[in-house]
Amino acid sequence: MAALYEGYTLCGLVPTQNPPESGIQGIELDRDDDRVLVTDSTRSVTVYKVSDQKPLGSWTVKQGQFISCPAVYNSQTKEYVAVTNDNVIRVWKTEDVNIDQAFKATVSAEIYRVHSVPDYEPVVLFRRGGVRYLDSLLTAPQQPIEEVLLEDEVIRWSTMVRTEQQLLVLFSSEQRGKHFLYVQRFSPNTLVKHQLEAGPHLSAPLSYAATFREEHIHLLYWFPNGSVYESVLPARHPAPAAAEEVQALPRSLLLQLPIGEGELRSASALPLDEAHVAVVGVSHPSAGTGKDYLCLWNTHFQTLQASRELAGKIYGQVWCYYGKLFVTHGKTLSVIPFECQKSSLAAALGKLKQTRTNESKGPALVPSWNTLPHGDKPGKSRGVTTRRTKLSSKHQITTIEQLTCTIQQGPVEEVEQKVEMFLIGAEQAEQQLAVGRLVCELVARCRAEPSFYPRVSLLQLADTRYLCHSVCPGLLTLALEKKDFRLCQVCLQLFPDIPEAITCACLKVILGIPDAELECVALEPDSLHLMKALTQGPVPSNDDGGEHNGFCPAPLEEDGGGSTAPDAKVTPAPLDTSDRGTKPCKDLPAIYMDCPVGLHKGALLNEVLQTAYSDSLLLPYLKDLTVTQVILFLQYLQFLYLKYSQDVLPQIQALRMPAVTQIMEWVCLLLDAHFTVLVLAPEAKHLLSGLHKFVKSQVKLFSELGKIEGSLQVLKNSKQSHQTGQYSIEVVELF
Amino acid sequence: MGEFTVHRVRFFHYMPSAVRALAFQPQRQKIAVARTDGSLEILNRADHLFQEKVIPGREQRGTEALAWAGQRLFSAGLNGELVEYDMQELREKYRLDASGGPVWTLTCNPQGTRLAVGCEDGTVKLFEVCDDGIQFERNLAKQKGRILSLSWHPSGSRLVAGMAGVIWVFDAGTGQSVHRLLVERGTGAPRSKECVVWSVVCLSDGTIVSGDSSGNVKVWDGDTGTLIRNHQVTKWDVLALSVSQDETSLVAGTSEGTVVQFQHLSVVLGREDKEWVQTRTFKNHTHDVRAVLELDTAVVSGGMDTQLVVRPLLDKIDVKTSASALRKIHFPHRRLVSCSRTARLLLFQHRIHLELWRLGESEGTGVPGSSLPIKRKPEKLLHLKTKGEEHICCSALSPCGGWVVVSTVTNLRLYRLQCDETISITKVSKLPKVVSSANQICFSSDSSYLFTASTCSSVHVLALSQSGCTFVCTLKPKSCSGQAILLLTASDDGKWLAAANADHEVQVYNLQKRKAYCTVPVYSSGVTAMSINPATNNLFMVHADQQIFEFSLEQKQYTDWSRLVHRKGLHPQWLERDTPVTNVTFSPRNPAHVILHDMYMFCIIDQTLPLPERNSQLVNQLTLRSLPEKERRAHSHAFKICKTFKELLFVELLEDQSLVVIERPLLDITAQLPPPVRQKKFAT
Repeated sequence: MAALYEGYTLCGLVPTQNPPESGIQGIELDRDDDRVLVTDSTRSVTVYKVSDQKPLGSWTVKQGQFISCPAVYNSQTKEYVAVTNDNVIRVWKTEDVNIDQAFKATVSAEIYRVHSVPDYEPVVLFRRGGVRYLDSLLTAPQQPIEEVLLEDEVIRWSTMVRTEQQLLVLFSSEQRGKHFLYVQRFSPNTLVKHQLEAGPHLSAPLSYAATFREEHIHLLYWFPNGSVYESVLPARHPAPAAAEEVQALPRSLLLQLPIGEGELRSASALPLDEAHVAVVGVSHPSAGTGKDYLCLWNTHFQTLQASRELAGKIYGQVWCYYGKLFVTHGKTLSVIPFECQKSSLAAALGKLKQTRTNESKGPALVPSWNTLPHGDKPGKSRGVTTRRTKLSSKHQITTIEQLTCTIQQGPVEEVEQKVEMFLIGAEQAEQQLAVGRLVCELVARCRAEPSFYPRVSLLQLADTRYLCHSVCPGLLTLALEKKDFRLCQVCLQLFPDIPEAITCACLKVILGIPDAELECVALEPDSLHLMKALTQGPVPSNDDGGEHNGFCPAPLEEDGGGSTAPDAKVTPAPLDTSDRGTKPCKDLPAIYMDCPVGLHKGALLNEVLQTAYSDSLLLPYLKDLTVTQVILFLQYLQFLYLKYSQDVLPQIQALRMPAVTQIMEWVCLLLDAHFTVLVLAPEAKHLLSGLHKFVKSQVKLFSELGKIEGSLQVLKNSKQSHQTGQYSIEVVELF
Repeated sequence: MGEFTVHRVRFFHYMPSAVRALAFQPQRQKIAVARTDGSLEILNRADHLFQEKVIPGREQRGTEALAWAGQRLFSAGLNGELVEYDMQELREKYRLDASGGPVWTLTCNPQGTRLAVGCEDGTVKLFEVCDDGIQFERNLAKQKGRILSLSWHPSGSRLVAGMAGVIWVFDAGTGQSVHRLLVERGTGAPRSKECVVWSVVCLSDGTIVSGDSSGNVKVWDGDTGTLIRNHQVTKWDVLALSVSQDETSLVAGTSEGTVVQFQHLSVVLGREDKEWVQTRTFKNHTHDVRAVLELDTAVVSGGMDTQLVVRPLLDKIDVKTSASALRKIHFPHRRLVSCSRTARLLLFQHRIHLELWRLGESEGTGVPGSSLPIKRKPEKLLHLKTKGEEHICCSALSPCGGWVVVSTVTNLRLYRLQCDETISITKVSKLPKVVSSANQICFSSDSSYLFTASTCSSVHVLALSQSGCTFVCTLKPKSCSGQAILLLTASDDGKWLAAANADHEVQVYNLQKRKAYCTVPVYSSGVTAMSINPATNNLFMVHADQQIFEFSLEQKQYTDWSRLVHRKGLHPQWLERDTPVTNVTFSPRNPAHVILHDMYMFCIIDQTLPLPERNSQLVNQLTLRSLPEKERRAHSHAFKICKTFKELLFVELLEDQSLVVIERPLLDITAQLPPPVRQKKFAT
């Protein structure tokens, strides 16, 4: 899930002589995450405090001079670096009032850009492709700079990427319609040239963006026809042989944006995380053309997650620092905070399911998917929410931030209190986004600090029903480790997407724990009620129950006396020998067995039985269960099966109870997974023979039912067409 | 109305043959249906899909392909011959050996000037369609293997031919191949089994669509010869393809009995570029669909299960009309049974033989709804095989039960029948030369005259006597449209003869003066059944659009009852029925009772009772039964409809007021079909 919050204006744009440009050259990070360095297209550099929307300082170069590339902040020396008139490097500190009196050095070649990332030395990229560290350049400003690019090749875009160990400078160039990508690595200095594939319908790429994740550089570039391509480059040094020649860069289509008619002119795409891309300058798919939007797209599912219409002309410039998007449009530079959650299909589905159940609860929970852009159709609920979010959004963001802070440091009591406050106060849509994050934070803290376990908060968060396993993968395992079975039960009930491995782990823990320990756990009353009803069931219905639902113990008795007799002789199980009689009442214990587990354990097992699973995936994990666990579980399943075959079922009024088919499937799975073990284990023999006997009696019953069905069918058919002969003489009467 | 004893007969084992090919003539809205027995049917789409004409087939002469060239119809078959049909006389005009071995496919160019024939020897032969026949023009480049499917480019400049494993594109001008498209086997198909292209369609933008034995519908670019898209439609074969006139919709018939529709749609709304997208699947057949037709508003399909299904595509129309309802045509729209009312004999017409049966008898009476004990079982008296290969065109049994006449396209035979204790049959040897064959035969009510419909709408009259048969005269209509006569009926008093032809004209002849008497005003819909009321000499006619007319022959005008019917209008439910009335007969005791039937009901119209109101119940027998006797009168109306008996081929009222109902359950027909392709069904 991703969402755009209410934006605000950082500063106005200076009108420029040439209209297609915005008047801003670039925005770079300043010393902390709330300060940015804005370089305008002419002569000034301004530092803004973003949250206050206020300039903190501004520097201007003399008339006649101009700033030729965005100024950057050198975090190592705490100085600002800018380039004027293409080849003069200026370095100044915050205290300096006048930029002209600050340090300057003239270099021998024209500079394209200076790049800086925190904690690293800035890098200077020259127009002709040469690259130098700033400090080494300033020690000898007049050093000769090599020409990398060909005669008519020009740089179109450049960036610097920080990988795990090193810096990389990437820049793209164009030469006679061909597009190249250069990757400059340091120590040892290598430069690799790649050629970008050019399709038949593809002109020059509109914008580029590069990010580093999972040991690869992901280069994102998109074309005026709306296709966004991704190329993946290894971050490590390539083999030296390959560096000599121009390699073609393989690419894959990441996203095909609907652009309507015509081609895009000024637009830009920026990857926010591995699954989300911010796109500016493209119209909303369901809005008309000519309207410009900022959209967040999910590239995994190709879905539009959030969008915002931007007033005024779009320049196709977008930057992203610390959860805020900086977009130039019209006459303003806007800051739009956003949030991207880890996306999963299950999250989307789970949430959709909840919207269905809580339909009456008010505004849509998935705003970007279900509601149209507000310009298009000003829905009633939408209008209300926007006004409310306007009032609370700013306050809200800080609360979540504060809450995470508290979670990271505060004591258990404080955390629990804060979380409760948050859940009471926050709005539904925001809860949905925040809950997953909060749980992840809590789980992380619990992992790091074994004594920390905010039981109440986790339960409350889980009870919001906004969670699913993919959003907080650690929660259920944590609950198991902490033996918080109440939370376990809630998770098992509410999560639609628990992996089979975790389900099995739950099963293992539940089966392994002694009943006495479980009895003190407060479980959901409804599930306990079901278990009580199951365990008490047969006593009142003993007298006439058999006749009521059609299940009569008589066939079992006959069967037991007949076919299984030799079997019983071989293994004289205690129950069998004691029961071997001719009176039906003596066979009753075989049917009415006692519950092999305690109430609470049974309630938890019921939850496991009702989880969704795929049998082929579950089977390998089931094999991890020990023999005693398997036998106990089988006994419990047998108990359930027997209960269900009696007429206790209609008497029980529980909201959730395992279905007979679920029980049967689990029995099959268990037998399947532990077939050899069960055959060899002597203690399983009695259980299996009991189960077999009962199943056999059931099969017999059903085969009888089948016969009855057949004869009833024949009776029905014969009544319908009693005459099928070739000839008959009948009497009809017409009125 | 009273009780009727009903002889419910199911021993007429009529078996229709499978549909092999379909062809549509858009100007006249005619659908030609070729069946595997070589017979040909012409259905009029503009006239409620009435089966206007039937041309009987021949043994060993199966039709493989049909093609209209303008108004002319051609067929070809595995005997290697091309046939043109005479649509007026309902017979073959001529046969021509294509001299290329068995012919698998035949197609006419959209201009209607050239026929292309795909032969066993691998040649595509072009024939020029001349005024008086067809003339061989040239061979296209010969290929190895048989040509199984052909399609012209709408401009007529190119020809696409499907074979085993390959599709060839020919230039029709030079005769040379332009492209060779390799059709690969489906995945998992055995190496030895080649992928057979059963059907191809060439569209005007050059796109070629093929259906093959791997179950694929493939879309090819005809200019480059590349495969654009592959739709796996079935695990079995795709046997037939048809594209709509505007080339926006395409249907494919498969061995599974499904018809799959494809539409040429833009994938993104508002974009120009379109693709063929699989849209709908219709499952109306149990067996192979051998032929399909896409008619813009309906899909017509036919196959091994012998029925013809018309599936309308008017899904957006809410109002239920005859045009928007699914129609299945199972039985021919003509009579295959004749009955002798006095002798209680039935004559069944099969493809190459006749069966004569005597009805059984019962004793005692029973309450309505019960079966009576059978005293004497029905008896098969005769099994009469025709000589030669030609199928029977028409047959008749005289009302007295003493004569049987049967005609093929070229040969008419008359038999004298005596069935007292023993059966004896003698062929009347010397027939007048003028009656060599007949389209339609009818006896006079006293069995003394035989009327045979002949060429040019003329009717020959023959006098029958113990000594033999003599020619009396030929009745000719005043103005001749030349169309073949489809129905003949004579009046009980021997004075009148009415003949209806394929142009919807009904001529009435005065038999005493032996000349044409009058013409009934021509109605827009064809006559499906007609009969002359013995008491009033009114001609009672039922049309394909379910309208009923009664025409007084003496006064040469419609009767008052007929006018009343048309002023008031028939009940909507009556008009919605989708099978035509195929027989009209009268009650000998009460001349106001008219008995008629279609496939799903029989009806007795009491002309003395008021007509049903539009909003009243049409089929009201159950309601009437539940009412006390006094109130019945108030609720009853003229149409007494009985739906107890279904899938009716024939209904007749015998002399003793008992009914004969001949049923042919569709289940029995299905049971005789070969097994369909095996499909995995749940729990089997």
